[in-house]
Amino acid sequence: MTQLALVIDLNVCVGCQACVTNCKEWNTSGSAGPMVDQNPYGKDPTGTFFNRVQTYEVGEFPNTETIHFPKSCLHCEDPPCVPVCPTGASYKRKEDGIVLVDYDKCIGCKYCSWACPYGVREFDEQQKIMKKCTLCVDRIYDPKMTEEERRPACVRACPTSARLYGDIHDPESEVSQAIREAGGYQLMPE
Amino acid sequence: MHPAFSVIFLTTLIGAGQGLFLALFTTQAYGLFDLLPKQDGAGFYAPGSAIALLFLAGGLVASFFHLGRPERAWRSATQWRTSWLSREVIVLPAFMGTVLLYGAAQLFDWRPVLATLPGGTAIDATFVLGLLGTLLAFLLFLCTGMIYACLRFLREWHTPLTVINYLLLGTASGFSLAAAFAAWRAPELARFFAGWALIILLLGLVGRASALIRNRRLKPKSTPQSAIGVKHPRIVQVAQGFMGGSFNTREFFHGRSAGTLRWIKWLFLLGAFGLPALLLTAGISGAAKNLLAAAFVVQYLGLIAERWFFFAEANHPQNLYYRSVA
Repeated sequence: MTQLALVIDLNVCVGCQACVTNCKEWNTSGSAGPMVDQNPYGKDPTGTFFNRVQTYEVGEFPNTETIHFPKSCLHCEDPPCVPVCPTGASYKRKEDGIVLVDYDKCIGCKYCSWACPYGVREFDEQQKIMKKCTLCVDRIYDPKMTEEERRPACVRACPTSARLYGDIHDPESEVSQAIREAGGYQLMPE
Repeated sequence: MHPAFSVIFLTTLIGAGQGLFLALFTTQAYGLFDLLPKQDGAGFYAPGSAIALLFLAGGLVASFFHLGRPERAWRSATQWRTSWLSREVIVLPAFMGTVLLYGAAQLFDWRPVLATLPGGTAIDATFVLGLLGTLLAFLLFLCTGMIYACLRFLREWHTPLTVINYLLLGTASGFSLAAAFAAWRAPELARFFAGWALIILLLGLVGRASALIRNRRLKPKSTPQSAIGVKHPRIVQVAQGFMGGSFNTREFFHGRSAGTLRWIKWLFLLGAFGLPALLLTAGISGAAKNLLAAAFVVQYLGLIAERWFFFAEANHPQNLYYRSVA
C-alpha cells in the first residue's frame, strides 16, 4: 500500500519560510480554492495556512542551537481526525494515503481539529469549512507537468532540500532511504 | 480548549430536557404499580413533555450556531458507524420525535392496551412510548459524553467519568425542573422529584469532583521534546510562524488566567451543587413553589459555568506548538 508523506530534515531547514509562501501561493490559486486571510494588511493579520515554520531554541546560553520546525499535516497512517467526522467530509485515500477534506461536504463543526493532536487543520473563517494540507494532490498527479514539477509546492520551493516527498512504504524510495540513513522519527509517537 | 457557548447551551439544555423526560416517565412507571398517585395525561404528562421538548429544541437550535455551514447539517447523520457526533445527530431528533409522540398520546388520551402483565396491569401505548423515550434519553447521554470521551489526546475528557457526569448532571437538572413543574401542576409529586433531584445531584457532585481530582493529577504525555522530536531538557519556542494569531491560537486556548479558572470552578461547585442542594432541601421541607423553581434556575446557571470549565480545563496537545508569539 502506498503511503505518501513528507520527510523533513531539521538539520538542514534554515527557516526561510519559502515553503510557507509557495504552499499558500499554489493552494490559494489551485483546485482547493482560496485560502483566505482576514486583515492581511491590518493590525492583526490572520488567515488559513497549510504549512507553518516555527522556531525553537534548544539548550542553555551560550550553548544553544536554533531549530526551525516546519509543521504541516503528517497524513497519519491511522488518522484520528477521519473517524470523528460526522459527514464523511474528512477521508483518507486508499490509493496513496493522503488525508483530504471534501469541501462540499464539510459542515464546519471543527470536531476533526479537536481530534488532531498536531493542530494542523485550520478553519477557514470565510468559507466556514475546515482546511488542511492536500500534499498538493492537484500537482503530484498532473500529467501536464514534468516529473520534476509533480511534487508538492513546499518541496519544490525548499532551497536546501530539507523537505523530501515520496512513498514511505516503498523501501527504495528517497524518503525511506532518508528515514533509514538519517534516523527518521515520528512526532508525538505517544 | 476555547469554550463555545453554542455547545455549552446545547449540552446543558438537552441534558435538562432528557432529565425532565426521565423524571416524568419515572412517575408514570411508579403510578402503573400504584406506588405513586396516577397523573392526568393532558394535565400533567402532556405539558411536561412540551417543556422537555422546548429544552431539547433550544439545544438543537444552539447546536446550529456551532456550525460553519448549517445548511449542510443533514449530512452529519451519515457517519454513525464511526463518529459519536453523527450518532448524536441521529439520536437527538429520534428522542425529540418520541417525546412529541409521547406528549401527543398523553394529550389525546390515545392509550390502546398493547400487553397485560400477569398481575392484570395493562401496558398501554403511552407506556411503551415512554419506555422507548427513556432508552433514547440514556443513549443520547452516552452519545454526548462519548463525543468528548473518545478523543484520546484530550486526556481530561478521555475517561468514563465524562459520560457518567453528562448523565448525572443532566438528569439532576431535569429532576429539579420536574420538581418545579410538579409544584404547580401536581404538588403531591414535588417532594418525590425534589428528593431524587437531590440524590442525583449529590451523585453528580461525587462524579464531577472525581473528574476534577483526576484531571489535577494528570501528567501530560506529550512534551515539547516529543512534539518536535528533539531530546534536550531545555527547549524554548521563539517563533510560531506568525504573529497575528491563527485558528490554532483561537480554538485551543481559553485565553483566561489561572485565577479566572479557579473562581469559575468554585462558582460552578456552588451554583450547580451547593446552592441548589440547599434550595431543594428547603423546598422539600416546605414544599415551596418558588424555592424549587429557584433551585432549578440556579442549578442551570451553575451548569453553564460547569460546562464552560469542562472545555477550558481540557488542554490540547497542539498547544505545545503555540507557546510563544514571536
